[in-house]
Amino acid sequence: MDIAVVQFPGSNCDQDAFQLFLGGLGLPTRYVWHKDRDLGGADLVVIPGGFSYGDYLRCGAIARFSPIMGAVREHAAKGGLVLGICNGFQILCEAGLLPGALIRNSSLEYRCMTCELAVGDAGPSFNPAALGARVRLPIGHGEGNYRIDEAGRARLAANGQVLLRYVGNPNGSLDDIAGIRNEAGNVFGMMPHPDRAFERFHPSQDGLAVARAVLAARFPEVARKSA
Amino acid sequence: MMLAGLPLNPDPVLNQPITPELVKKHGLLPEEYESVKGHLGREPTLTELGIFSVMWSEHCSYKNTRPLLKGFPTEKRGATAAFGRVLVKAGEENAGIIDVGDGWAIAFKIESHNHPSAVEPFEGAATGVGGIIRDIFTMGARPVLLTNSLRFGELESPTTRRLLRGVVAGIAHYGNCVGVPTVGGDVYFDRSYEGNPLVNALCLGTLRHDQIRRGKATGLGNPVYYVGAATGRDGLGGAAFASRELSAESASDRPAVQKGDPFMEKLLIEACLEMMAVPGLVVGIQDMGAAGLTCSTCETASRGGSGIEIELDRVPQREAGMNSYEIMLSESQERMLVIVQAGREREIEAVFEKWDLHAAHVGSVTDTGRMVVTHHGTIVADIPASALTDAAPVYQREARRPAYLDRTSAWTPEASGLADLDLAGALSALPRLLAHPTIASKRWIYRQYDHMVQHGTVVLPGSDAAVVRLRLGETEKFIAISNDCNGRYCYLNPRRGAQIAIVECLRNLVCAGATPLAMTDNLNFGNPYKPENFYQLGECVAGLAEACRFFDVPVVGGNVSLYNESPEGAIDPTPTVSVVGFVEKEAHVTRQFAPAGSRLVLLGGAPAELGGSQFLGLIHGLKTGDAPAVDLAAEKSLQDLVLGQIRAGRVGAAHDLSEGGLLVAVSEMLFGPGSPGAAVDLSRLGAPRLDALLFGESQGRAVLAVAPADEPAVLAAAKAAGVPADVIGEVTPGGGLSVATARGALAWDLSELRLGWEGSIESAMKRPGLG
Repeated sequence: MDIAVVQFPGSNCDQDAFQLFLGGLGLPTRYVWHKDRDLGGADLVVIPGGFSYGDYLRCGAIARFSPIMGAVREHAAKGGLVLGICNGFQILCEAGLLPGALIRNSSLEYRCMTCELAVGDAGPSFNPAALGARVRLPIGHGEGNYRIDEAGRARLAANGQVLLRYVGNPNGSLDDIAGIRNEAGNVFGMMPHPDRAFERFHPSQDGLAVARAVLAARFPEVARKSA
Repeated sequence: MMLAGLPLNPDPVLNQPITPELVKKHGLLPEEYESVKGHLGREPTLTELGIFSVMWSEHCSYKNTRPLLKGFPTEKRGATAAFGRVLVKAGEENAGIIDVGDGWAIAFKIESHNHPSAVEPFEGAATGVGGIIRDIFTMGARPVLLTNSLRFGELESPTTRRLLRGVVAGIAHYGNCVGVPTVGGDVYFDRSYEGNPLVNALCLGTLRHDQIRRGKATGLGNPVYYVGAATGRDGLGGAAFASRELSAESASDRPAVQKGDPFMEKLLIEACLEMMAVPGLVVGIQDMGAAGLTCSTCETASRGGSGIEIELDRVPQREAGMNSYEIMLSESQERMLVIVQAGREREIEAVFEKWDLHAAHVGSVTDTGRMVVTHHGTIVADIPASALTDAAPVYQREARRPAYLDRTSAWTPEASGLADLDLAGALSALPRLLAHPTIASKRWIYRQYDHMVQHGTVVLPGSDAAVVRLRLGETEKFIAISNDCNGRYCYLNPRRGAQIAIVECLRNLVCAGATPLAMTDNLNFGNPYKPENFYQLGECVAGLAEACRFFDVPVVGGNVSLYNESPEGAIDPTPTVSVVGFVEKEAHVTRQFAPAGSRLVLLGGAPAELGGSQFLGLIHGLKTGDAPAVDLAAEKSLQDLVLGQIRAGRVGAAHDLSEGGLLVAVSEMLFGPGSPGAAVDLSRLGAPRLDALLFGESQGRAVLAVAPADEPAVLAAAKAAGVPADVIGEVTPGGGLSVATARGALAWDLSELRLGWEGSIESAMKRPGLG
């Protein structure tokens, strides 16, 4: 097992994601720099939260052109696992690895709070059975309002691509969508932070189960062992 | 034309003769200008005049406050090598540093950005956060938390709503992007801050003892580097601007407000920490905050007992055609000055290339004791560095006790014939107090701040103190932090009000399970040239110093912000204090939310005091009376008791009594998870007045929630400590809040109380504000 956390210059949840996988799940985890062009054979690539290149233009608009994203695209095309959290989700949408887009919260304000989330039926690649019906995860974003055109929305529904939905929508997201996967089931993106829900003093420890759910289909033994 | 004694500058603007008008425009007194000439032995150039003007401003020189600040204790008496030892003292460097054991330390400091925020709330507050973060990482520390202390006029005013919206958005914009959690703060709304809001920002960072860096330029010939953002014309003379009163013309000072770039700051933090991690590379480092390149060069030279020369042509510039005056006085953000070991230039450049930042070799360290600046091959400034720092003027201002104090301190409810509350009055007063923005939930504010990034926040905003887990190498430690200052008390009794700020802050920490370690303070006052204002300043500082000594809480740094006046007059004196505490064990972390089934124990009794209370202000429209009494010894007994009981594992929840008094505190304890209720009986407390009993703000008090089995032990401990303790009720699973008094029974629907408390600021902010 080899987990790579991408560091953009403005990533600021890189250490949080690193600790979730290394400290929380006990899995070998390392960083890769945004100027690198090689993922070094990672099994899971995590694109963490933050403000990639400042994101003054549009979240992820510059990051999609960064050297490392070429390697992430190749990795994903070969069926490799990718998880984007918060800014990582925004970047994956900008890069076209996930459908839809994330725009400004309907409140026009940043929101940091813990949300109740309904687990979608996105199996088998996301293993909802292990999560139960609900999880609680913190959010922290100004642009988490998910949008997609009607055709895309229908495809998400038809393929069971919605991972998580807000119970009490904090940002105006279409259909309360908080996280999705691609059609193939190897690229995952979510605005909520599993990397803020794994220490004993966190608002919940559901981040551990969510991270395991991402690994479960492909690496059942790893997901089991770290449980 | 009489020239300055330095060569003629190619830019004719810079050769203009220094007239008395020009001196006055730079905020220097005629006698100060004479002293400038004395230091130089000639007339200054325009660039030099600008340099003296910012360095001798109150913001940089503390010329009106330095003698007062000497009264603060700067070392901890009871410190051990593992606990609270002061490693870098107040005034030595950009921030103080204290030992937290195992070779680790914390650096922290608070700083104001009041005037910029009044004129341009978003950028003013944002750059306030940026500036204080630089003060911390320039010491070698990684910033791990932010807090802020805010003061605004009444929320009914559209101007206040515009300022609040802008300030909160600015803090969020900057702090969220750099990835340092804003874990706590305090906010008051009072007419005295109308038009002159206070924005004080605090940052705390962690470092190993061997990582402590100094702002010293030493080593003859060592290269001086300029790193970070390019210099522009923004923030010209910001330090001087902060040292004037706000007026109707202040809006035209907008160019004096800087613009922040938090992404640039994030790069700068990472690049600087990476550079400082290279052994022996960095000799000295200082951020370019107030007075920018000027302050960082002369201060590093002065501290190092050396000299410094820089060439402005090598300074990265955002705009063409900037002259030396503009470059030296610019307060463009996200810039640092670094003195590097000679011969290792390539190493620092490599780090900054990695982060795509400027690292320009702009000069070198000399042994002349002078700060020499050249531009286009011409010397534009040549000044003894110490003339700008140590030799800056110091004044003992005239102090006069304000006349209003005779009237307010003589006030009592009896003498003024203020009728006591009847039951109906008490019923309506509690929801009104809970919904007052000063007391109401600050959720509308803190949910806009990322308070969870770095995944170490243990007690989230909304309890007595924030608690954060620090990951220090292989170990972890828990610290608590709280800010406090009730300006109303300081207005009514400056000395006592300042002491209340400290004792309340300490009580907050103790209620969270922490032992207080050290303090940083932000003295926000009016124009010190008005003797009444200077009296308030002197009294507040004396009060703080006395309390700090009593509690053995050293002051490790801070900031002074004077001239906080609008055309309506000075603000209430506001010596904001922020204390950091150390939580021995994670199990000691205590919140204010009471679990159902526990008993409520009031510690500290129920003295009948109403002066300076929110109750008097809100219900009777009065800001009068004396501030509540402070008994430092009794306060200490109470705090030792609370901490002792928490450590003994007998406390389910603890909450200090402050604004709004007993019933507000009890209500707040019920606004946690599970939404419990409470049955309270105050009938045996023997209070002469119902209003003072329910809403008076006597100090030295706290309410504990204790499991019934632990109640006897807690009461016995209180008795042994000589702290009055009364079981006033129990927490019920749901239901309302019922309160029996000697006059009859009171009852409230808690969900209604909570709705008013939780939604008050949010619903006010839905109303239109200006701009």
